[in-house]
Amino acid sequence: MQSYGTVILAGIVAGFINRWVLLRYDYRHYPTYPHGHITHLALGFIAASLGAVAIPAITEPDWVAVTFLALAAQQFREIRDMERKTLSSLEEHKLITRGHDYIEGIARVFEMRNYLVILTALVTAGVAHLWGWQLALVAGPLMIYGTTKLMSGSTIGEIASIEPAEVSFDGALLKVADVPMMNVGLKAARDKIMSEALAVLIHPFDDEGRLTLQSPGQRMAIIHDVTSILGAKVDIGETELLPMARMHADKGYLALFIVPNEPDMDVLMEMIKRVPVLESARSSTLKSYWGRKAAD
Amino acid sequence: MAIVTQDPGLVQGCGCPVFVANESGQQKRLVLMLARILGGNVHDLENGVFIICKH
Repeated sequence: MQSYGTVILAGIVAGFINRWVLLRYDYRHYPTYPHGHITHLALGFIAASLGAVAIPAITEPDWVAVTFLALAAQQFREIRDMERKTLSSLEEHKLITRGHDYIEGIARVFEMRNYLVILTALVTAGVAHLWGWQLALVAGPLMIYGTTKLMSGSTIGEIASIEPAEVSFDGALLKVADVPMMNVGLKAARDKIMSEALAVLIHPFDDEGRLTLQSPGQRMAIIHDVTSILGAKVDIGETELLPMARMHADKGYLALFIVPNEPDMDVLMEMIKRVPVLESARSSTLKSYWGRKAAD
Repeated sequence: MAIVTQDPGLVQGCGCPVFVANESGQQKRLVLMLARILGGNVHDLENGVFIICKH
């Protein structure tokens, strides 16, 4: 049996490191705000403390403390709301928006990460209490590794293959391979698209993938992630060159076109592969009884 | 938001302004001006009529 000080310390350290690891700064441009980092680290510290002190509270046993801890955990619900509000308000002045589906996904992930931090702190503190701090040194990293794996959802690269495609004009109608995209009336815009645009076809592996790519929210997420790296030659009030994704309704593949600042086809294809499949867009309806009946 | 044509007979009964151009060069210039002023997208109906829309 360890002293409660050691148990709590083990839990807090493991939980806080877990939050830090999960708060990676990545190419999706979120969170890029230093104040956002501090907010999430502070909340992560509180979450880790809650998980860590739960073990002494239970073993004592101090049920009043346990009840208060349960009440405190409810506060993390606010995080989802906070993220949603922040991202939605930033969205209003973006040329290329994330879309509500992506924002909802991000907000949910941020809330869930705090519960995982509580779990890591709880398990590490529990191990330290039962078997000593030496074993907590093993349990902590294992929990951190486990939660990191748990948080990595599937990506577009796992549900679809991506291939480069030709951009062409049928009169004023812009087409990517055989998918009609939009009518471009200005000749200058047509010339620019012909000389600078990149286009790809995204072929889903199965019907589930097709349903996922059909979701407008998922398409907005793909376009947002791609433009956050490659940029797009779009300005306020000049939206002819806005990136766009349209589906071939009969053949089921998605055509995407973009006029990027950095024309690099390999990066474009790699970025699309790495776009997360959004929870709201992920389809599993065809696995249900009636879904299987419909698909056969 | 606006329609630009060389032949007014091609556009009927619409609720938005119709601009009539004398020749192709003037029409293209008019289309570009209106698109930038109104902040809309230009679409070519391929019958000599251009429409400017807000999406």
